[in-house]
Amino acid sequence: MSEETLCFHFDVDGDDFTSAGQASVQVKKLLRELGVSPEVIRRVSIAMYEGEINMVIHAGGGKADVLVDETSIVIILTDEGPGIPNIKQAMQEGYSTAPDNVRSLGFGAGMGLPNMKRYTDHMEIESAPGKGTTIKMTVEL
Amino acid sequence: MNRYEHSVCLDVSKCNGCTTCLKHCPTEAIRIRDKHAVINADRCIDCGQCIRVCPNQAKKANYKKLEAMDRFRWKIALPAPSLYGQFENLGDVDYVLQGLLDIGFDDVFEVSAAAELVSAYTRRYIRREGVKRPIISSACPAVVRLIALRFPSLYDNIMPILPPMEVAAMLARERARKAHPELRDEDIGVCFISPCPAKVSYVAQGFGSYKSQVDCVVAMKDVYFALINVMSSDKIPTPVSHSGMIGISWATSGGESSAVFNDSYLAADGIRNVIDVLDEIETGKLPHLEFIELNACEGGCVGGVLAVENPYIARTRLQSLRRYLPVSQNFLEEDEENRVPDELVFDDKPVCRPITRLADSMVESMRRMSEINRLSGELPGLDCGSCGAPTCRAFAEDLVRGEAAPDDCVVRLCEQLKAECAELRRRRIGPVRKEKEE
Repeated sequence: MSEETLCFHFDVDGDDFTSAGQASVQVKKLLRELGVSPEVIRRVSIAMYEGEINMVIHAGGGKADVLVDETSIVIILTDEGPGIPNIKQAMQEGYSTAPDNVRSLGFGAGMGLPNMKRYTDHMEIESAPGKGTTIKMTVEL
Repeated sequence: MNRYEHSVCLDVSKCNGCTTCLKHCPTEAIRIRDKHAVINADRCIDCGQCIRVCPNQAKKANYKKLEAMDRFRWKIALPAPSLYGQFENLGDVDYVLQGLLDIGFDDVFEVSAAAELVSAYTRRYIRREGVKRPIISSACPAVVRLIALRFPSLYDNIMPILPPMEVAAMLARERARKAHPELRDEDIGVCFISPCPAKVSYVAQGFGSYKSQVDCVVAMKDVYFALINVMSSDKIPTPVSHSGMIGISWATSGGESSAVFNDSYLAADGIRNVIDVLDEIETGKLPHLEFIELNACEGGCVGGVLAVENPYIARTRLQSLRRYLPVSQNFLEEDEENRVPDELVFDDKPVCRPITRLADSMVESMRRMSEINRLSGELPGLDCGSCGAPTCRAFAEDLVRGEAAPDDCVVRLCEQLKAECAELRRRRIGPVRKEKEE
């Protein structure tokens, strides 16, 4: 990241499930103004949407920071939730610990983390039980 | 670049700069400058939203008067299907068509009949492989322009088949030439009876290199008042109507898409809803869909600002009008290759400069956005519109572009003045005090 980095910060509210996904809509608008290609915007907004939903379902909300420079878009999602005990297992498609009440809305299919990895060029997860989770995703421009 | 000729315009003498239209414009095309509204032609999509909300009737649509048809020897009326929904107790479409002949037209060609052909070609087009999906209807000119300006990545999804009005105009001209070979092309005048100002702009503008076959676009409300004077239920009209349920359904939202005979479609109406749907399609969040019908006006074309009747009442009337009609009265032969005739296809779309980007280069866009973010943080965030921009963020954008001055923000100016007054009082050199000393 160079000096010319644009930083955007979003608080993801964990109390209101109906508002989940708002930050990714905001990011999409900003990237469009910057003239980022629609395909990249699509990938960023899907990855970010999945991450946001995860924070709301599992961690009671969190923070999202998006850093944009000429070469890449970096999304950092930070929460103080229960943490992920087994990251390898969590990365498997179809593996889910989401409660039933959100499944009725179509969430909890176990595709959140796999999609985040699929739609970004690089993803790092830092997490431990009781310590919360930080996910850093990078999409190259 | 060519200037886009708009129908939506402003009567400066009636505008008091009240900011109502500012708040309702879906593309943020309006600013208040020198105490009246100014429309940015590069951003306006002619949706008519400002005409609908203006409390002073200062926003209006430019269109032709019926007298403009006088110069033609052979006058053809193209009634939009929404016209039939304007009349109370209308038992049959033929009363309206007869009325059009009685007010001076020589021939009538129903746009609803052409719409049935467009529906048939749409069904062919959907069966083709290799077509970009979802296919977006090209019928609403405000939506087409919106996509060009705000959703350029979906531009190729627009179905390249001409809208029913244009197909009707072509067929009507053809019919006139056949029946009256003595007429020259310039003797034949085609007049579209429109519920919406965007059609006026479309006809003035053409579409890419395609030039419209319509000569005049008149307002439905003008024709309505001419018609009610001559229409009478005592006089049995000549039965000329040649459209079915499908054609008449085009007047309301969902009508066009129900005629694709395919379950995976979506129909949305109202410009805000249209924008939301396009947003979802662009992000790829919608499930697989074949066809998307989008209408800028709530309720579909019956909701156009040049219509007379409430759109929901018009819709109900159309339901009973089409009740005992055949499904369609305009057919195509079975065609295995799913052909659409070349003359009904537009292969080049107008070149538009998208309005979503802040600048041409990413570097410059980033610099501007950084500046906009900094300025936005200093603004009150009330979105009051007093500065003449719809939101504080839009004002920050105007500042960065050099189109506004910092003092235009009255909230901030007021705070500064208060602080200066307090400072003057503190120094006891305020004008009030001075007077007393004298």
